[in-house]
Amino acid sequence: MQKLMVCIKRVVDYNVRVRVKPDGSGVMLDGVKMSVNPFDEIALEEALRIKERLGNIEVIAVSIGVADTQQQLRTALAMGADRAILVQTDVAVEPLTAAQTFLALAKKENPDLIFLGKQAIDDDANQTGQMLAALWDRPQATYASKVEINGEKVAVTREVDAGLETIEVDLPAVISVDLRLNEPRYVKLPDIMKAKKKPLDVTSMDALGVSVTQFLKTVKVEPPAQRQKGVIVKDVAELVDVLKKKGLI
Amino acid sequence: MNKVLIVGEHDGKTLNPATAKCVTCAASIPDSEISIAVLGADTAAVAAQAAAISGVKTVLRVDRAENQHPLAAIFAPQIVALAADYTHVFGPSTSFGKDLMPRVAALLGVAQVSDLMAVVGAFQFRRPIYAGNAIVTVEADASKKLVATVRVASYEAAASGGTGSVESKSLTVTLPSHTRYVGAKSGSTDRPDLQTAAKVVSGGRALASAENFKILYSLADKMGAAVGASRAAVDAGYAPNEMQVGQTGKIISPEIYIAFGISGAIQHLTGIKDARTIVAINKDAEAPIFEVADVGLVADLFQVVPELEKLIG
Repeated sequence: MQKLMVCIKRVVDYNVRVRVKPDGSGVMLDGVKMSVNPFDEIALEEALRIKERLGNIEVIAVSIGVADTQQQLRTALAMGADRAILVQTDVAVEPLTAAQTFLALAKKENPDLIFLGKQAIDDDANQTGQMLAALWDRPQATYASKVEINGEKVAVTREVDAGLETIEVDLPAVISVDLRLNEPRYVKLPDIMKAKKKPLDVTSMDALGVSVTQFLKTVKVEPPAQRQKGVIVKDVAELVDVLKKKGLI
Repeated sequence: MNKVLIVGEHDGKTLNPATAKCVTCAASIPDSEISIAVLGADTAAVAAQAAAISGVKTVLRVDRAENQHPLAAIFAPQIVALAADYTHVFGPSTSFGKDLMPRVAALLGVAQVSDLMAVVGAFQFRRPIYAGNAIVTVEADASKKLVATVRVASYEAAASGGTGSVESKSLTVTLPSHTRYVGAKSGSTDRPDLQTAAKVVSGGRALASAENFKILYSLADKMGAAVGASRAAVDAGYAPNEMQVGQTGKIISPEIYIAFGISGAIQHLTGIKDARTIVAINKDAEAPIFEVADVGLVADLFQVVPELEKLIG
């Protein structure tokens, strides 16, 4: 094993309460804190742990996005990635185009494994990893909660609706990670300084030969329907009364 | 005419109720004709169940030893072969469908609409984004196939009583050997399935241990309810992963959801928004869960659970 690629998305920070724009054209992003998609952080952490365990492995962090996405890639470098590539674009990229872009990078870099989060917390699409694996004609192991590398094979335990499932895939492969795979490390100040000297290449979709296709047109964005505020009962007896009246118990 | 192919989910014996929910969604597409594909080693039983769903015209059976386990890399090229005559290809937004459908979409070279929650037109749909903090209406190109996962919490299961025909298909598709099933570990219980249960009892970090979670199992068994958990409780090891309810766990729509010691993070609320009645029991009167609860009780769950169990007995 020589090379691991980790795909990272710049998203609205996990703690921000997102609000819809009054004109229904999208959500308010001005001045909002942006971060590395939390699932992608777990993906990077896993790649770094494999590097630390097996040694002599290069970890490349890649992303697609606006120029400021360099901030998230610098975070990835500070966490321990060896180098980074930004495919810079100002347009919002749909999962299939993202997968085509990562495929172009995979063909250049020939990684043994590509890690990414199972979904991004902005569009919640949960597609890019599976699409990348399909286009690359390689295995996919989604929702990983345990990754064991055995030579040219990887056993991946997956979080599925019924519990846990284990599959074995041949390298190279795409692994999309779930929440409980690991806990990402905190970045220390000296690492941030060191990360400034690590290579971060900026390229474009054009240079990679990928054309941006818009498959889905956004008609409008609305806030969700709100639930009515309910009643507060004083004790268990009253609670049981209310539920019995509703025919629920 | 819109021809919708639904990828059926099953365990070899029983068709998952998520499939009948996809049928309800597909039936809301104007001028639609619905087929269900079932892939497996022997799909006779599940194909019959699929044909009995009201509104289903045809069931396509693909029996093949390699289809014993639902591996996306194995299933996807077969679904692509079956999809040739269809305008729409739907799967449930369960871990099965979410794994498989994007692979199908990419092989077809088309986009996917994830978590479809409402049909506006044959190619216009609503879906949640940002953990359900916003709902987007998207329009897809009607000249291309449309792949989607259906947010099962948004739909009731279609009734039974249908008389669809069953057709066996043999496909000449070469399947990859790079992905192999090893095994599964499920916390199988006699309790109802969390995804489809009418009643759900759920616990949060305040339960404080896996041991304490047993009081919820006991209450659930008395009520005939499934048991869920918040992400905090699962992360802390109090409950297994398959019990997680929320943005990244299960999205559910029971008749009644009783939350014990769950503060109500937005990511959790995403998973329970479609519950008919939400009941919250929490010591903290300021907990955000009370903002969405239909019935709230500010109290210590460790006193409430045994008392509740006694009173409903």
